[in-house]
Amino acid sequence: MRHEISILIIGLLAVLTTASIVAAILSARAPKPLSSTLVNLTQRINAWWVMVVLITVAFFFGSDGMTILFALISFAALREFVTLTHTRRSDHWVLLGMFGIIIPFQYWLVWTAWYGLFVIFIPVYCFLLMPAITALHGDTERFLERIAAQQWAVMISVYCVSHVPALLTLNVPGFEGRNLLLIAFLIIVVQGSDVLQYIFGKLFGKHRFSPNVSPSKTWEGLIGGLVSASLLGALLSFVTPFSPLQAAAVAFVACSMGFLGGLVASAIKRDQGVKDWGHLIEGHGGMMDRTDSLVFAAPVFFHIVRYFWTV
Amino acid sequence: MSMLSLKTFTLLQTATSVGLSALAWVVTGVRPIWNGSLPSDRQRIYFANHTSHGDFILLSACLSEKERAVTHAVAAGEYWGNSRLRRFIAEDMLSSVLINRQWTKPEENPIEIMLSVLDQGHSLILFPEGTRNMTEEPLLAFRSGLYNLSMARPEVELIPCWIENMSRVLPKGQFLPVPLLCRVVFGAPVAVAPGEERRAFLERAHATLLALNPRPERDD
Repeated sequence: MRHEISILIIGLLAVLTTASIVAAILSARAPKPLSSTLVNLTQRINAWWVMVVLITVAFFFGSDGMTILFALISFAALREFVTLTHTRRSDHWVLLGMFGIIIPFQYWLVWTAWYGLFVIFIPVYCFLLMPAITALHGDTERFLERIAAQQWAVMISVYCVSHVPALLTLNVPGFEGRNLLLIAFLIIVVQGSDVLQYIFGKLFGKHRFSPNVSPSKTWEGLIGGLVSASLLGALLSFVTPFSPLQAAAVAFVACSMGFLGGLVASAIKRDQGVKDWGHLIEGHGGMMDRTDSLVFAAPVFFHIVRYFWTV
Repeated sequence: MSMLSLKTFTLLQTATSVGLSALAWVVTGVRPIWNGSLPSDRQRIYFANHTSHGDFILLSACLSEKERAVTHAVAAGEYWGNSRLRRFIAEDMLSSVLINRQWTKPEENPIEIMLSVLDQGHSLILFPEGTRNMTEEPLLAFRSGLYNLSMARPEVELIPCWIENMSRVLPKGQFLPVPLLCRVVFGAPVAVAPGEERRAFLERAHATLLALNPRPERDD
């Protein structure tokens, strides 16, 4: 596995270094003061450096590091989600439970590989008990809206995100001990697709995909991004249990889900009247702004691998 | 405790302030929005809305360590001064300035105590509503302290600071905070205009602070 990880890290460093050099050249040539697009581009690339270093460090700590990293990502994402929704004083204990019980318990289930409870704990038990606690508090003001938002918050930021480290629990014959590479494949392909969609959109974007939801998404960006990300997936098949063709197909499905995730996240932000989920990452907004695509892709990727590749 | 003399932070005060600022960041990801003023070493009175015990922690977490060491929150003496433990927390750990709202002796005059802090070159964090706001109103009417201080020391900048979301993080009667993102919006300095009446100034300062709320449409 060392060999594959070294290739991935060297590849990422090469891409980021190229990006930084290109951004520096563009900034040096551009008229001053720099346009907001260029400033944002540099901030984004710098944030990518930080994210790649963080994920690499988590990689070296293995399964434990990955599980803890994604528990923290769930924490940051849930905090952003709940901040945007309507909450009332009577929701206090449910909200505390989301951070203090649901996140730790869900990741403990990942860590102990208790698949049976991992897949139903939030969609069954939390789904039924959270509104029950809210009802017991007796505050019916905007009740359905509040419980629906709480449900959505834990499904998206905890349940979906936890499917990334859950990839470590899958038993793929002939791939034992190398499951971290599945996470690397998923993250690189999905986040790569985001970047490629952005680049294709900036270069060739003409026809808006959905002007009401996200004015920056174009058909050209979507098609260019998905095709190139699928090719990237095929190129990376050597780190996966997939053949190149299978890797391209899996990448295509994951990135399509990722695109839809970005679209849904944009619709929620638009509905709530904000541009970004939060302010965690300079130039990127919040954690959810960076992970909206991964959130939608992870459960589907997990179940594809589990259905077709495990015993 | 009248003419208290202020020293630079003790080790305990520095440790407390670093620890609480880190805690504020972990729970609320607090971030300052400088919207009309900028971070500065100038002597200032930061005045803010008050809904929770965590307010001043959030506000001071937005200041540099250097500024924090010379900025004192003004707190209610009848609460924080009425037991040895509370007084230890308020004075020896948080380096707050305690004032009694029901004062009798001349050396307890809150304005005099606050002026003595300003005269040593230090800054203040003041909650001009006078108490934590537990009502549905976004901001209660201001008491006159802000006006009196500004009239006595016109060279000190009055900076309005809107603390967002803290009432949701730590609602009334709760002890454990819910992690929610908070921002502190620092507005342009306010000063008493020549000939401006007390009432008029306080209402203007009140409106200025309220206008900093980045999401006034929220009703929670």
